[in-house]
Amino acid sequence: MTTLVYVVAYLGMVFFLVACIARFMMWSKMPMHVRWELYPVAHEGGGKAAYGGSYLEESDWWTKKREVSLFGELKVMVPEILFLVALREHNKKLWKRSFPFHFGLYMVGGVTALMLVGGLVVGYFPASIAAPIGKIISLVVPFLGGAGLVLGIIGAIGLFMRRRGRELRDYTAPADLFNLVFFIAAFGVALVNFVGFDRDFSMVETFIANLVTFNLVPVGDGTAGMLLALSVVLLTLLTAYIPTTHMSHFIGKYFAYHSIRWSDEPNLAGGKQEKTIHELLSRPVTWSAPHINADGKKSWLDVTLEDQTK
Amino acid sequence: MKQPNSVKDMGKHPGEPLAQINPLEQIPLPPPFDKLEDEPEFAQLSDAAREKYVVLDDTIAVNIEKPKTKEEEDKLVDGFLSGLKKLFSVDDNWTFLQPFEMSMEHCAKCQSCSDACPIYEESGRNELYRPIYRSEILRRIYFKYIKKASPSLHGDINLNWETVARLIELSYRCNVCRRCAQTCPIGVDNALLSREIRKIASMEMGIVPKELHEDGSVLQLKVGSSTGMTTMVVKDNIEFIDEDTAERTGFPIETPFDVQGADILLIHNAGEIMAWPENPGAFATVFEAAGLSWTLSSDAIGYDGINYGVWYDDVQFARVAVRHASIAKKLGVKKIVLGECGHAHKALTVIADKILTGDLNIPRESCMVTLRDIIRSGVLKLDKSRNDFPVSLHDPCNLVRLMGIVSPQREIIDAVVPEGRFREMAPHGVENYCCGGGSGFAIMSGHNFADWRHRMTGRRKFRQILEAFSDESMDPSHMKYLCAPCSNCKGQIRDIIAYYDAFEKAGIYYGGLVELIVNAMVDVQPGFIDWEWH
Repeated sequence: MTTLVYVVAYLGMVFFLVACIARFMMWSKMPMHVRWELYPVAHEGGGKAAYGGSYLEESDWWTKKREVSLFGELKVMVPEILFLVALREHNKKLWKRSFPFHFGLYMVGGVTALMLVGGLVVGYFPASIAAPIGKIISLVVPFLGGAGLVLGIIGAIGLFMRRRGRELRDYTAPADLFNLVFFIAAFGVALVNFVGFDRDFSMVETFIANLVTFNLVPVGDGTAGMLLALSVVLLTLLTAYIPTTHMSHFIGKYFAYHSIRWSDEPNLAGGKQEKTIHELLSRPVTWSAPHINADGKKSWLDVTLEDQTK
Repeated sequence: MKQPNSVKDMGKHPGEPLAQINPLEQIPLPPPFDKLEDEPEFAQLSDAAREKYVVLDDTIAVNIEKPKTKEEEDKLVDGFLSGLKKLFSVDDNWTFLQPFEMSMEHCAKCQSCSDACPIYEESGRNELYRPIYRSEILRRIYFKYIKKASPSLHGDINLNWETVARLIELSYRCNVCRRCAQTCPIGVDNALLSREIRKIASMEMGIVPKELHEDGSVLQLKVGSSTGMTTMVVKDNIEFIDEDTAERTGFPIETPFDVQGADILLIHNAGEIMAWPENPGAFATVFEAAGLSWTLSSDAIGYDGINYGVWYDDVQFARVAVRHASIAKKLGVKKIVLGECGHAHKALTVIADKILTGDLNIPRESCMVTLRDIIRSGVLKLDKSRNDFPVSLHDPCNLVRLMGIVSPQREIIDAVVPEGRFREMAPHGVENYCCGGGSGFAIMSGHNFADWRHRMTGRRKFRQILEAFSDESMDPSHMKYLCAPCSNCKGQIRDIIAYYDAFEKAGIYYGGLVELIVNAMVDVQPGFIDWEWH
C-alpha cells in the first residue's frame, strides 16, 4: 500500500464527480425542444396518471391550474431506480441479470458512502458520537458489501453471457464486453479480498477513513495489502470510467424522463416560455434541401413565413 | 423468410433485398381469416422497380433511384453525413436536439423495445424490422464517421451509398407509433430516430415519398389542402354534405364559414370532406344541436387540419402550423377544435406548442373533449338503443399515447352505446397498437406498398379487431362497428378491411365517433349509420 493508491483514489473520485457534473450540465443546458411527451406521464394529477390521461382531457385546460403530483413521480421513479420496473415488465429475461447487477452496484456504492460517512464521523467527531455510529456502520458494511459484490458479479456475468447470445451479439461492441469484464474484475478482486483477508471490511474501512482524514498511511501488508491496493485502484478507475461511457445513463435517464418523456408543461400565451421560443425561432437555418430555401442567414421564422403558394 | 444477419449487411449485397417475408410463414390471424393460404395474394415488386430504385425488402416507399455515377453515389453519402451533423446542431435542430442526442447516446441495446413493435412481431421477428436495427446503423455511422470514434467502442459499419439509401428506405418501415419508446427502461426513443433519418433525407437531401411531400405538405401550402381542394371546392362540398346530412337526419344544418369572433374554429382533416362526408355532417349536426358558436374557415389551409411535416420535416411542419394559427387569429376565435384526426391533434396542440407565441398562441382543444362536454351538458337527447350493435374502439396513437386523451372518447361511448355492447381491444389506451397507417403510411400506396402495410404494419391492428369481436358471430349479417376517431387511422382500417374483405365476410364496419353520437340522437331520424360500404 503506497501513497500512490490514495492519490489514484482522490483523482478517481474527483474525476467521477467532475464528469458527472459535466454530463449533468450538458443535458441541462440543451435548448428547449418541441414537446415530445409520452403517456402515461407520472406527475399528471387527478388520477389521470393511472390510466395515462393528461390535462388535455379537460375542457378549456388553459384556463385551469394544472394538477402536478410530485408524489406521482416518486411513485414511479423510486421503484424504477431501485428495482428496474420497466425492464422487469418488458424484458424479464434481461431483468434477471440486470437487476442483481444494478442492485449489487447500489449496495457497493451505498456501503462506500457509509464508510465515507463513518470515516468522517470517526475522524472529526468526539468519540461519544463516533463510537456508536462507527459500530453500527461496521456491523452493516460487511453484510451489505459482501452481498453487493456477489450480486454485482453474478449480474455482470449474466449480462456478459446475454450479450454474447444470438439476439444481442450483433448489437454488441467490444467496449460493451470490456465494460462488463471491467466490473467483473474490479468486483472480483474486491470479493477475493473480502473473503480471503478482510471479512469484516476493517481494512477497507480504515483505508476510507484515512482517505477522508487525509491520513495517507499504508493499510495492510503482504498479499492482503496488495489485494486491497489493487481493489482500490480497479474500483476507482471503474468509477472514473463510468461517466465517460453510455453507462452514464443514470444521469441521462433523469433528463429522458423529466425533460422529454414527462415534459408536458404548456407554453401559455404571454408565459415565460415565449421569450425562449422567440430566440430559438431567430436562429439561422442551414438545411440544404431546395424546399427549405435556407441560406444560412435566414432564421426559422424567415423560412417558416415565406410564401409557399408560388 | 430472408433477413439480414448483421447490421453490417446494410451496405452489402448490392441490388438485393435484405429481407423478404413469406406470407405463408406469418402468424395466422384469428377466425374467420385464420388460413394463411386463403389470405389475399401479396403483390410483388415489379422487375422494373427493382431495376430502377434502391432495394431494401419486399417493397419501396421512397423511390430512391440507383446512382448512375460515382459522383451521384458520393452525393448520397456526403448529403447524409452533412444532414446527420446538422441534427446535432442547436441552430438546425433545436426542435429535437435533446431527445435525439439522448437516444443516440444512451441505448443499451437491451432489445426491450423489440417485442413492443407490431411490425417486428408480425414480420416473424425479421431482423430488418427490429426497432434498433436502423437505430444501430445510424449510431454507428455517427460515431465512426462524424465523431471519428474507434469502431471497437460503438461497433463498426461500412458506409456506402447503398447503406444510406437503404437506411432512408428503412426509416419508412416504422409507424413512429413510439410504442418501443414506451417500453425503454432508459427512455431511449428509437421511433424518433426513424423520424430524424427522414428529416436528414428531406431537409438536407430533398428525398421524401411523393405522397407526403409533393402531394402532401407542398400541395397543402400551395392550394390549401393535400386533397387538392381549393376554397371554392370545399365550400361546395360542405354545402352538399349539409344537404345530404339534413336529408338523412331530418335535422336542418348549415355549416357556418368564416364567422368572425366565433367561439370555436373547427378544423377537419380535409380527407373527411372527400372520403367520409358523414363525419363533417355529423359534427355540424351535433354542434348545431348543441347551439355552439362555431365556424369552419374557407381560407386556404384553414379547412385542412393535416400537417404531414410532423412525420418527416420540421420546416414544413412549422409552415403549416403557423398558417393554421394565423387563420384562427384572423377569425378572432376563442379556440381551435381539432376534428377527428390524430396527427392534426398532436401537431397543432402538442408539437406546435413550442412554436406558436403571442397572438398566434391560440388555445387548441380536442374534439373528443368538446363532444364529451356536449354529452355531459345533457343538451342532446340520446337513445342508446339506436346503437345496439357490437362496438370496439381503436385508440389513435397520436391522441392517446402521445397526448394522453384517453377517457373522453370512452365517456362518449358509454353515453351512446348500450351496456354490454362495447368491448375494449387488448391492449388499449396508451398501450394500444398503431392502426398500421401511422407516420404517413395510410396515404402511401406506391408500387406494392399498400400490400406491404396490410401484411406488416396493419396486421396487428386487424388481429386486434378480430379478437375484440371474437365473442360475436362473424356472420356478415351481424354488423360490428369499429370506431376509429382519426382520419388516417380510418383510411388504414378501411384499406385493411377491404384487403381482407372483412365487411363482406365478417360484417366488420368502421366509422368515426361523432357518427355514433348522431346515430343515437333522438332528434334525428334513426339510421344515420347506414352500414353501406363506401
